[in-house]
Amino acid sequence: MSRQEIRILLVIGLVAALGAPFLLPAFVTQLTFLWLMVLFALTWDIMGGQMGYNSFGNIFFFGVGAYVCAVIQRDSGLDWHVAFFIGLAAAAALGVIAAAVLGSGILGLRGQYFAIGSLGLGIAGGEIASGWDYIGAGSGLSPPLYPGELGARELFFYFLFLALAIICFVTLRRLYSGRFGLAINAIRDDEDKAEAMGLHTTRYKIVAWCVSAFFVGIAGAAAGNLIGFIDPRDVAFAGVTFGVWMVLMAILGGKGTLWGPVLGAAIFHVTQELFWTYLLGWQRVALGLLIVVIVVFFPTGILGWLKERYPERFGLALAGREEAGADEVRET
Amino acid sequence: MSALLQVDGVSKAFGGVIANADISLEVPEGAIIGLIGPNGSGKTTLFSSIVGQHPIDAGSIRYEGREISRLRVAEIARLGLLRTFQQTRIYGQMDCVKNMLISVPHGSESLISMLSRHTAEQIEDAERLLEFVGLYEKRYLMAGDLSFGQQKLLEFAMALMNRPKLLLLDEPTAGINPTLINGLIDRLKRANEEIGITLFVIEHNMRVIMNLAEHIYCLAHGELLADGTPDQIRDDQRVIDAYLGAH
Repeated sequence: MSRQEIRILLVIGLVAALGAPFLLPAFVTQLTFLWLMVLFALTWDIMGGQMGYNSFGNIFFFGVGAYVCAVIQRDSGLDWHVAFFIGLAAAAALGVIAAAVLGSGILGLRGQYFAIGSLGLGIAGGEIASGWDYIGAGSGLSPPLYPGELGARELFFYFLFLALAIICFVTLRRLYSGRFGLAINAIRDDEDKAEAMGLHTTRYKIVAWCVSAFFVGIAGAAAGNLIGFIDPRDVAFAGVTFGVWMVLMAILGGKGTLWGPVLGAAIFHVTQELFWTYLLGWQRVALGLLIVVIVVFFPTGILGWLKERYPERFGLALAGREEAGADEVRET
Repeated sequence: MSALLQVDGVSKAFGGVIANADISLEVPEGAIIGLIGPNGSGKTTLFSSIVGQHPIDAGSIRYEGREISRLRVAEIARLGLLRTFQQTRIYGQMDCVKNMLISVPHGSESLISMLSRHTAEQIEDAERLLEFVGLYEKRYLMAGDLSFGQQKLLEFAMALMNRPKLLLLDEPTAGINPTLINGLIDRLKRANEEIGITLFVIEHNMRVIMNLAEHIYCLAHGELLADGTPDQIRDDQRVIDAYLGAH
């Protein structure tokens, strides 16, 4: 595809995304969750795909974000919108701080050790939250209701999540095409070599987790309000649902690519909804089978599979590379 | 005292195997120094000790007058002391230019520079150095698709990209065909003369090292056996014995 065609497709996609809630009013909440899934997959892929550090702890920042925002909304006494946006900012800030502190503790670990280390985070978060009275302990916390009428609330969250997903995508695209992207790819491919060339590997790893936590924190803050009730184990620190899904979606679409997680999130979310509708009672079995099929037949994800099959379409063939010119450093 | 690198009484054992015993040597600034020895004599171990890959058991390693034996690999690299690997290590899934850009000097890295793009100057630099090693035409090829010899050249270019003061080369000509070897020797010399990089080279190819180095150290069984000019080394009976297995 030429640049022109890609641009046209992007514009069509954007128009569709903006128009969707008006064309499909019955599905607004589902579509809002779709953007949340895209956010999950994109942010997980920073660590798991681009850097090769499988993190099972990202859900921790989601929970932190959800609680921080809800507490600010509950206790600040400000107007709903003001409190909510302060809450979002605080969730982002606290997510980043938590990632920096935890990261400097466990990101000195290599690959699989980090994965195990991060696994405990979400579980610990859930346990702490369900024992802490100030944030509602086991009975959870309900953020204050959106002040507008019912339809307005749904549209508000739809466009909020759409905007977040787009901002996240554009930010990552920009970061991946610069020093950051190259450095974390280098860490994934050969961390010893990266160190031997003087790369600040631990610093890059911590920054990568902070970028991840920034967006996951905001997503958590907004999702707490979208869902309307923050349960410590099933919503905030939902390791077995959101926590696992973010990994699956990135792998399904093709980890280590920019569009893979977006694609994976869309397919996963739609498939999951169809399973719930048409295979009720068996939806988890179907989901499990889907995962097995993905891993067996598409180990590099859908986008990875397409890239291997049609390299020329992705500019990987020699000719396309020459055309691309010298001044452009290609992004994946 | 003007030596760029000063190794004093360095010992390193792996369990019961003594890989390096009380090794002392020095690399003066601007020189090309050779390190030879039969297989298993501890050459690569010494390199790994110098760049901080593993702690040493005894002795001291001073670089620019500063003790570096307790620093980590990346910290030492940022001081301008770099190594290449015997088994080349390049990023096979990336093209040559990207490989080069990973290796920009990382001495002063701030949060802003981490999140920004490469400057046009850096990209120019990368292409100029690829030109220098003769890989300019292949700059957008995946590094993994290059031949082994070309990968070695790429690794050498990556090291130059980092603007080191001292470069430790572990068998730069191993596995390279004779024609390419001459080109490589020429480039090593030019890097030394034109860019001013001090070189410390492990080499098995005697013709290469005799041509290249002005001073050679010879290790055998983890000990420093002899050192001197190429001519002295060539005529040293102990060195000859070591290579023939008499030691």
